[in-house]
Amino acid sequence: MRNLFLAVALIVSASIYAGGYRVGLQGQRSLAMGHTGVAVVNNAELAFFNPAGLIYLENKLNISGGVSAVFSDVVWQNEQLGQYAETDSPVGTPFYLYASYKVNDWLALGLNISTPYGSRVEWEKDWAGSHLVNDIELAAIYIQPLVSIKISDKFSIGGGPIYVSGSVNLNRNLNRTLTDIDGNRSNVTIDATNVTAWGWSIGAMFTPVEDLRIGFNYRSEIIMDAEGGDADFSNIPNSPATPFVDTTFDASLPLPAELSLGASYQVNDKWLVAFQFDRAYWNVYESLDVDFASPTNPDSVNPRNYKNSSIYRVGVEYKALDKLALRAGYYFDESPVQDGFFAPETPRNDSNNFTAGLSFDINEHLAIDASFLYVRFKEVDASYDFYQENGQNVPFNGTYKSSAFVPGLGITYKL
Amino acid sequence: MKNNLKYIAIVALGLVACEPEFDNPINEGDFYTSGQADFSNYVAVGNSLTAGFADGALYITGQENSYPNIMSKQFALAGGGEFTQPLMADNTGGALIGGTQSLSNRLVLAFDAAGNPAPAVYTGGTPTTEITTNLNASFNNVGVPGAKSFHLIAPGYGSAANLATGAANPYYVRFASADDATVLGDAVSQNPSFFSLWIGNNDVLSFATSGGVGVDQTGNLDPTTYGGNDITDPTVFGGVYTELVNGLTANGAKGVLINLPDVTSLPFFTTVPYNAIPLDAATAAFLTVQYNAYNLGVNQLVAGGAISAEEGERRQISFSEGQNAVVILDEDLTDLSSFNPQLLNLRQATSEDLLVLTSSSVIGTLADPANPASVIGLAVPLADQYVLTTDEQTMISTAQASYNATIQAIATANELAFFDARSVLAQVANGGLAFDGGIVTSAFVTGGGFSLDGVHPSPRGYALTANGIIDAINTTYGSTVPNVNPGDFGTVTLSNEVN
Repeated sequence: MRNLFLAVALIVSASIYAGGYRVGLQGQRSLAMGHTGVAVVNNAELAFFNPAGLIYLENKLNISGGVSAVFSDVVWQNEQLGQYAETDSPVGTPFYLYASYKVNDWLALGLNISTPYGSRVEWEKDWAGSHLVNDIELAAIYIQPLVSIKISDKFSIGGGPIYVSGSVNLNRNLNRTLTDIDGNRSNVTIDATNVTAWGWSIGAMFTPVEDLRIGFNYRSEIIMDAEGGDADFSNIPNSPATPFVDTTFDASLPLPAELSLGASYQVNDKWLVAFQFDRAYWNVYESLDVDFASPTNPDSVNPRNYKNSSIYRVGVEYKALDKLALRAGYYFDESPVQDGFFAPETPRNDSNNFTAGLSFDINEHLAIDASFLYVRFKEVDASYDFYQENGQNVPFNGTYKSSAFVPGLGITYKL
Repeated sequence: MKNNLKYIAIVALGLVACEPEFDNPINEGDFYTSGQADFSNYVAVGNSLTAGFADGALYITGQENSYPNIMSKQFALAGGGEFTQPLMADNTGGALIGGTQSLSNRLVLAFDAAGNPAPAVYTGGTPTTEITTNLNASFNNVGVPGAKSFHLIAPGYGSAANLATGAANPYYVRFASADDATVLGDAVSQNPSFFSLWIGNNDVLSFATSGGVGVDQTGNLDPTTYGGNDITDPTVFGGVYTELVNGLTANGAKGVLINLPDVTSLPFFTTVPYNAIPLDAATAAFLTVQYNAYNLGVNQLVAGGAISAEEGERRQISFSEGQNAVVILDEDLTDLSSFNPQLLNLRQATSEDLLVLTSSSVIGTLADPANPASVIGLAVPLADQYVLTTDEQTMISTAQASYNATIQAIATANELAFFDARSVLAQVANGGLAFDGGIVTSAFVTGGGFSLDGVHPSPRGYALTANGIIDAINTTYGSTVPNVNPGDFGTVTLSNEVN
């Protein structure tokens, strides 16, 4: 088991499939129920969804770990111009590892290691939108120690500080036409690793009657300030008119705050239903500004103007057998991207999400958790209107269609 | 558990194949149609414009942005096949004959120490294209830079042995199928299903770019007697053009014919002003005195009846404070040297004269470096080759109008598509054409429509050309080939590797 965790921990890159660059894959059991978890007391996945619930876990030690494989593709076409492109993004592998330890009747300690934000999109090099992005890889790992405290039999709270370590790598062409003498497109790669920041989360759980739980969780906004990253300019013409030199850069990327509110109800021995509402405070993402250290390199300003967005989730669990639990769920995921700001680096519109999964108890300590997510996007005509050439906005538009399939596997261990 | 893993792996593999698909994907089925045309084997016939010549040279990236190559990529969405071009070996633009450089490198936009941009010959690379190494293949693009109409049916135009005499064209030597092959023959032998023909520009252009030093051969029906800078007789043009179209349509191929833009609206002729030289009052007065004897001599001959009063007036030379018209030699003025050898064919340019782009490097310089008074354009006249006078412009426009009438009549008679390049270029030259990143005009360097030679389009200019031709094809044949976005195509290439 230790080896499995090591292997999982080595895989850090994630791939987007939720609004913006949020990657909502923080537990196979929760995901199988539409990624509801804020009010479900089931296993250590609570460390992410609502640490207030950890104290209610029956066992002294609870560990959950898992990894998902994100098969995500985007196609784009422009009918007026006969242009077509598709992403060839590598399979993303977001993961999680959670643990809780019940110290006494009213106190549990916990740990959350997860990758709730990330993005990986690779378009064809020099495609029609290459002045906006050729490829991007964002990754962030959350590491969070937790306490969970039972205030009364009906009410508990939990939370802890979050340490984030992230990285970003983005390549794009400088504009639509600039090349060197041999026609190679001028481009820039910005790369920053080991970007760290702190945040926090706090949750509460209320159990008004035995079979009904109500959960609340708030995870703070975290601004990732990349300072002194490397900016590497390639295929720049040998001309005083294009004084781009390799330099360093500063940039900020927000990981927005997220509020979750939900309820679960144990209908009978076999059936559990859960509902959850999430609100992501994306309006913090106003602009992606890259400030190059060298004064000859013009800074890059890219308005994003995201709006806050909501996710509506519902899930059910059915204990088919003593050792087998079946789950299913659905959620509607609103895109934070507003009209005219649809940039191909995070090409996401509203999505309908269908989930399913199961847990199988191998013995009284160990269970296998499997989940599957299908993300269904509508075809969308969209544009990004804020790219500028010679002071003039030049829209980049077309029809996008995305899909994602995410099988995931995890284990739950309890002692 | 092993079984579970296996099952999940199979599901995962199955899903990899489930990529998103549009309701109406443009790259599948018949989203775009070819109408009554068949683009499966498109052959482009023409001159430098068809070859993708730009910046005074032929080089790979220019060829990739030739209008036929741009069109072929759009044709590919509507049943078009592979489109091959006789690509040069590099992007220097230069070429060798027998190991010695014979064609100059391309122009690039260089900046001097003060930050002023100007075209300069690229010296950052040594050309590697050997003209005499035949590529031994046929190419869909049979555009031959420098070719006039009658060259396309001239056997031996691609024979290396004829290079020395000037009867062969180095660009065609690279891919002629045989020493006695013709450009038309090499096009027809590919059995094109669709063709484009844009020829005739050079039949007047070389006369124009040489400042009219050639001869208007109207009336002379034997092109083998023409000099390189002569205007082709319209009857010769008509006969050749008919032969070209008959050859290209012999197998029933559809195609598009393209007419000839006004060469005088090219930036090569519109960039250098006729009155480029600023003078202060003292210098103007001093210079005017220098021409007193000439002005007096001309007036005496007017009085004597040797020339008209009107010509006498045109030949009066004087300067004043401010911008001054340059002094030019005009061969169409009455030769007065028999009366007095000092009386050259001099006059000052007017706004109707066109100074060629290359005059900018001559005007204001010293004819005799040791003599500071020998400023060309003031004390020393600008040579005839730098000025296209109104008489010369008339010769050009008369021949061109005749060629264009022929082209349109043949297009109509053969029910071929016809692209009015003349109107489109006129629009570019007068106000410009809008695209998503601004307006394309024919202003030299800054307008975006033309390359640094002032004659050939930039990639963006070629993209606009391709769009116009595509529109004409769609109109005639009911096809739905999409346009390209001119904003995706560049303009001039920057480089300071110019020594």
